[in-house]
Amino acid sequence: MFARSRVDRIIDWIITILLLMVGVSTLLPLINTLAISLSDRAAVSGGMVGLWPVGFNLNAYAYILQDEKFWRAFGVSVWRVAVGGALNFALAVLTAFPLSRTARAFPGRDFFMWLFVFGMILNVGIVPWYLTIAGYGLIDNLWALVLHGAVPIWNVIILMNFFRNIPRELEEAARIDGAGPWQLLWSIYLPTSLPALATITLFSIVGHWNSFFDGLILMNNPNNYPLQTYIQQLVIADRPALHGGQARLLAELSNATLNAAKLFVAMIPILLIYPFLQRYFVRGIMLGAVKE
Amino acid sequence: MGLGIAMFKNTDRLAYYLMILPGLVLLFAFTFVPLFYSVIAFQRFNPALGVTGSPWVGLDNILFMFTLRDARQVFFNTVFIASMKIVFMLLTAVLFALLLNEVRILTIRRSIQTMVYLPHFLSWVILAGILRTILARDGMVNNLLGLFGIGPIYFLGQPDLFPWVIIFSDVWKEFGFEAIVFLAALTAIDPTLYEVAELDGANRFQKMWYISIPGIAPVIVLVGSLSIGNILNAGFDQIFNLYSPIVYSTGDIIDTYVYRIGLIQGQYSLGTAVGLFKTVVALILIGVSYWIAGRYANYRIF
Repeated sequence: MFARSRVDRIIDWIITILLLMVGVSTLLPLINTLAISLSDRAAVSGGMVGLWPVGFNLNAYAYILQDEKFWRAFGVSVWRVAVGGALNFALAVLTAFPLSRTARAFPGRDFFMWLFVFGMILNVGIVPWYLTIAGYGLIDNLWALVLHGAVPIWNVIILMNFFRNIPRELEEAARIDGAGPWQLLWSIYLPTSLPALATITLFSIVGHWNSFFDGLILMNNPNNYPLQTYIQQLVIADRPALHGGQARLLAELSNATLNAAKLFVAMIPILLIYPFLQRYFVRGIMLGAVKE
Repeated sequence: MGLGIAMFKNTDRLAYYLMILPGLVLLFAFTFVPLFYSVIAFQRFNPALGVTGSPWVGLDNILFMFTLRDARQVFFNTVFIASMKIVFMLLTAVLFALLLNEVRILTIRRSIQTMVYLPHFLSWVILAGILRTILARDGMVNNLLGLFGIGPIYFLGQPDLFPWVIIFSDVWKEFGFEAIVFLAALTAIDPTLYEVAELDGANRFQKMWYISIPGIAPVIVLVGSLSIGNILNAGFDQIFNLYSPIVYSTGDIIDTYVYRIGLIQGQYSLGTAVGLFKTVVALILIGVSYWIAGRYANYRIF
């Protein structure tokens, strides 16, 4: 018995070390990028930089600090996270609450539910989608970035399921005191749903911060690009110009060290909220995905 | 139901309709209006004439699509990349969850999770920028291979390699996160099963094989069947930011193809036709996947 548990403990350590190596190597590409951003340009183009900076300097970051285009794009992203996040929040709450009622209390509930689920599954393709938004005259209007996905249907489903699991007694007590739907939502359902609300808010923030494609096709003026679109044009679009001269205009600044620094700065907001992300995203997956 | 009368007042219903109205309006404006625009798949659409003025051509665009060699290649690429992603993701995530479940020290376990979840939260723009850097000719990976006398390999410029770079970089980004549901399923397994097995002299791998894997099998079936609905989604954001004309033969997928012919080349009707074809097939597949998930894994989303 003793001998076997010793072999067991050795295997325990092998597995632990193996997984630690897997974990660390997951992060190696990110560390390499950070090292490049802190290295001397010549060392980078010579392919000498691995996981530690060569010729340490902060020139790239100093350059970014005074790069007006970068910060304008950063500002657009902050704006869309704030406004888009607020819109997503309000619409998720307002849509999820009536859908959490029974079909008897809210006639038409099942029909609306199917409509939203169908809307979530349906993906009509990029061309009609673009033509629709162009038809509204929203091209080059920042509101396009927050309006097209303003109803976060997956978040609505998560929140609706959460609302449905809140004990009925709470609602019935408030009903006796004469509370109507608005008071119920405001003073019973919202305060008791804080974990779910935090989860869906983080979903929205990450979604808005990370999306680049809507900015690329809905904004013609590079001054309206959110940060991810700006970086996409700068770092990625080194092939025959996607949007004519604009790509080249942005690309003139490009070089490996500077690009790495920009990639890293764009990561910082996510890294800052990462502790919350990890906790609440895991919970969100459990709330939304696996339900017996 | 003593509260029946109070609960179904008309003012309550009015409040519910008011609450759901903004969401319905936006759903209509940005999801169902584009559906109406999809009729241009059956037109020779001219932006100057609009949807009402453009000439109707029946099924011409759809039929033309089937004659395009590009389109067939693109369809194959999409299904190949997407299904390989599903298979390798499932294998990696399950294996990772099983091994992580063996790590007894909680702080180490959490640290590993913290490390492998991170790429999930970063955008493909950022990760593609990073991948382009490390996979470049003078990048980290080729430098490492160079030490063994291999390469340099043009990971992003070789048609035979490109799909695999896409598949494995997606696994790198998401395997940790995909493992979450399997880890949860593993913790839900009754610990007395393991204790009984130990008394019977089962070793670690026998416990894994006869208890852990059967224990999480329903979740594996669930995740697998739900992913059928994604078999035409090979990952637009990822491929768009990593591909180039050199690798179109193996790396071009439906979504990138539609973007290029529809929006860049301005063939609105053809782009819409291809997109519509994808939409219809995807709806059928999603229907099938939900049916399988409901039938074999007891799954309902609401």
